[in-house]
Amino acid sequence: MSNYLITNVSVLGGTPTDLLLSGGVVADPADAPADAEVVDATGLVALPGLVDLHTHLREPGREDAETVETGTQAAAMGGFTAVHAMANTEPVADTAGVVEQVWRLGREAGYCDVFPVGAVTVGIAGERLAELGAMADSAARVRVFSDDGRCVSDAVLMRRALEYVKAFDGVVAQHAQEPRLTEDAQMNEGELSGRLGLAGWPAVAEEAIIARDVLLAEHVGSRLHVCHVSTAGSVELIRWAKGKGVDVTAEACPHHLLLTDDLAATYDPVYKVNPPLRTAADAEALRAGLADGTIDIVATDHAPHPHEDKDCEWAAAAFGMLGLETALSVVQQTMVDTGLLDWAGVAERMSYAPARIGRVSDRHGRPVAVGEPANLVLYDPSARRTVDPAETASLSRNTPYRGMELPGRVVATFLRGQATVLDGKLQ
Amino acid sequence: MKRHLLSAADLSRDDAELVLTTAAELRELADRPIKKLPALRGRTVVNLFFEDSTRTRISFEAAAKRLSADVINFAAKGSSLSKGESLKDTALTLEAMGADAVVVRHGASGAPHRLAHSGWVRSSVVNAGDGTHEHPTQALLDAFTMTRHLGGHLDGRRIVIVGDVLHSRVARSNALLLDTLGAEVTLVAPPTLLPVGVESWPVETSYDLDGVLPKADAVMMLRVQRERMNGGFFPTAREYSRRYGLDGRRMATLQDHTIVMHPGPMVRGMEITADVADSDRSVIVEQVTNGVAVRMAVLYLLLGGSEPAVGGEE
Repeated sequence: MSNYLITNVSVLGGTPTDLLLSGGVVADPADAPADAEVVDATGLVALPGLVDLHTHLREPGREDAETVETGTQAAAMGGFTAVHAMANTEPVADTAGVVEQVWRLGREAGYCDVFPVGAVTVGIAGERLAELGAMADSAARVRVFSDDGRCVSDAVLMRRALEYVKAFDGVVAQHAQEPRLTEDAQMNEGELSGRLGLAGWPAVAEEAIIARDVLLAEHVGSRLHVCHVSTAGSVELIRWAKGKGVDVTAEACPHHLLLTDDLAATYDPVYKVNPPLRTAADAEALRAGLADGTIDIVATDHAPHPHEDKDCEWAAAAFGMLGLETALSVVQQTMVDTGLLDWAGVAERMSYAPARIGRVSDRHGRPVAVGEPANLVLYDPSARRTVDPAETASLSRNTPYRGMELPGRVVATFLRGQATVLDGKLQ
Repeated sequence: MKRHLLSAADLSRDDAELVLTTAAELRELADRPIKKLPALRGRTVVNLFFEDSTRTRISFEAAAKRLSADVINFAAKGSSLSKGESLKDTALTLEAMGADAVVVRHGASGAPHRLAHSGWVRSSVVNAGDGTHEHPTQALLDAFTMTRHLGGHLDGRRIVIVGDVLHSRVARSNALLLDTLGAEVTLVAPPTLLPVGVESWPVETSYDLDGVLPKADAVMMLRVQRERMNGGFFPTAREYSRRYGLDGRRMATLQDHTIVMHPGPMVRGMEITADVADSDRSVIVEQVTNGVAVRMAVLYLLLGGSEPAVGGEE
């Protein structure tokens, strides 16, 4: 196992120091062996390895879009050392067998740890509970359950799921989308959807479910996580619920922090995502919520799609966009460069908190300190790059940041002391 | 250099007036024994229809043929939405055939926009109706018809458009074009059939048909599709007709010069009664005749000169 001596690195933006990665943990640099590989990290920021609570790896079933191997490579390139793989695969990850398969594929790939998310309902059909306990007890140790891609819209089913997962300290991660209000919905409902003739996805369809779910979570004393919060009203509701002491956490996606619904006017489906891109006021509310802690984490909702599913008319296209390889840059641009967060705040929202919510904080989301697991990322905040879809490690190319200049670059990612990315290149 | 007609918003006032004056010249052809001009000889116009619309297709077909263009009708009924051939592959096929203009009707809003801007084809793209977005040549023929009946221009003319605005590409294109031409547009519909954000459109809105009819110079009735009744947008067809249908009693409240229009196909007895549709005020049949002239003008201006005069796109 290699030893890395990282010199002159600014941990969480602090005073430059040296770090030794040895034996899979962070060690005292004074103990560095003579043959340790030296990484000059002058000008680089060290962050704990990022943890994504919301990744679509597409395997099994859609290996034409992404595999566990390519998805975890993309994760490593983005500075992630752990991802939670969403359950809407084919077959759906609704049994111990499927979650163990995904977990095993992640171990074999070795680029980052893969924690499978289990479906709440059989086939994410929203009709009856999947065997949540069997998934929790499996080798994959599932703690996060979600029908993401679909909403658990039945109030009784949602209540039962919230109650049931308490037995194994699980959390239900809700895709908040009232289905009747969003039938055939294509983009944010507003002046633009009316003008473009695209069926609207109103903010109330998200907010109504969040309002119901925080009240349910309070009523049954359960833990709720809200996926991809996209509206200002949702931020308000979560702020209110937290104020009342409801055990709710929430995530915002990079694309909702940076991009807005006016991009739909191009009719280019690379901007089609669910929930949809919202208004500038919504993006601003998300940033403020992320800054003040109302929104706990950034999660990517990395959603790879093959080219043909985006190279078509808007209504025929798939929902979703890539996110892993650009997340940190987008957070820097929207949160750090704007003064809303410092690097410690980024570490909290992209590593510590998602690891806590996913119940993996014994291994991930740990401080960059002696004795801790050597999961970390070296990041150059002064770099600039223009996003080129042809350069993605992901198997898919559907990045909405195509052609945009973004700040920052992941220079190195270490998983348990081993470089998965070094000098900006996959190892 | 290519130009497209994708939205009525692509047309400046000068562009729109050029189409209308060109159409007026071409309209006179319709009354001659030989209705053909050589203007587009050797050019190929493809009618690419992903949705059934016989009347729009034959209107474009007649327009192209009267200008001596070669016409290919391509009825691609299985769109990619139904997992048939994709829009892209269809477009590449047309490109390989050497189309100069593609007239496209598609069920997906923005499909003509994709066709024009995705690098799939080099030809001019004319939007012949896309989803619930726009139908700019319909708006042009409507404006042309109104102009002929309302004194040669539309400045300050009051145009009332009634019905399912939410799902109507005709209403969207008309609202944009009529505003460009200086008319004052009022959209009348039950609140469920007005789009979110309509207050930012360059129009007035009303829920009260009886209140707006006496001041109207033209009344355009929109078709109400049967499937909307199942969507819960209004309680029953009977109630819709009572509140928003144009019948003889309401027609009697119109000014003497006011015309009644309908883009077709009509649902007689629903949004318009037979006696109104067949009355002297009705210009519905004339709209069809004018449609050919207006589409001739659009094709001529897009393809005829080295410097096409229509359209605002690159």
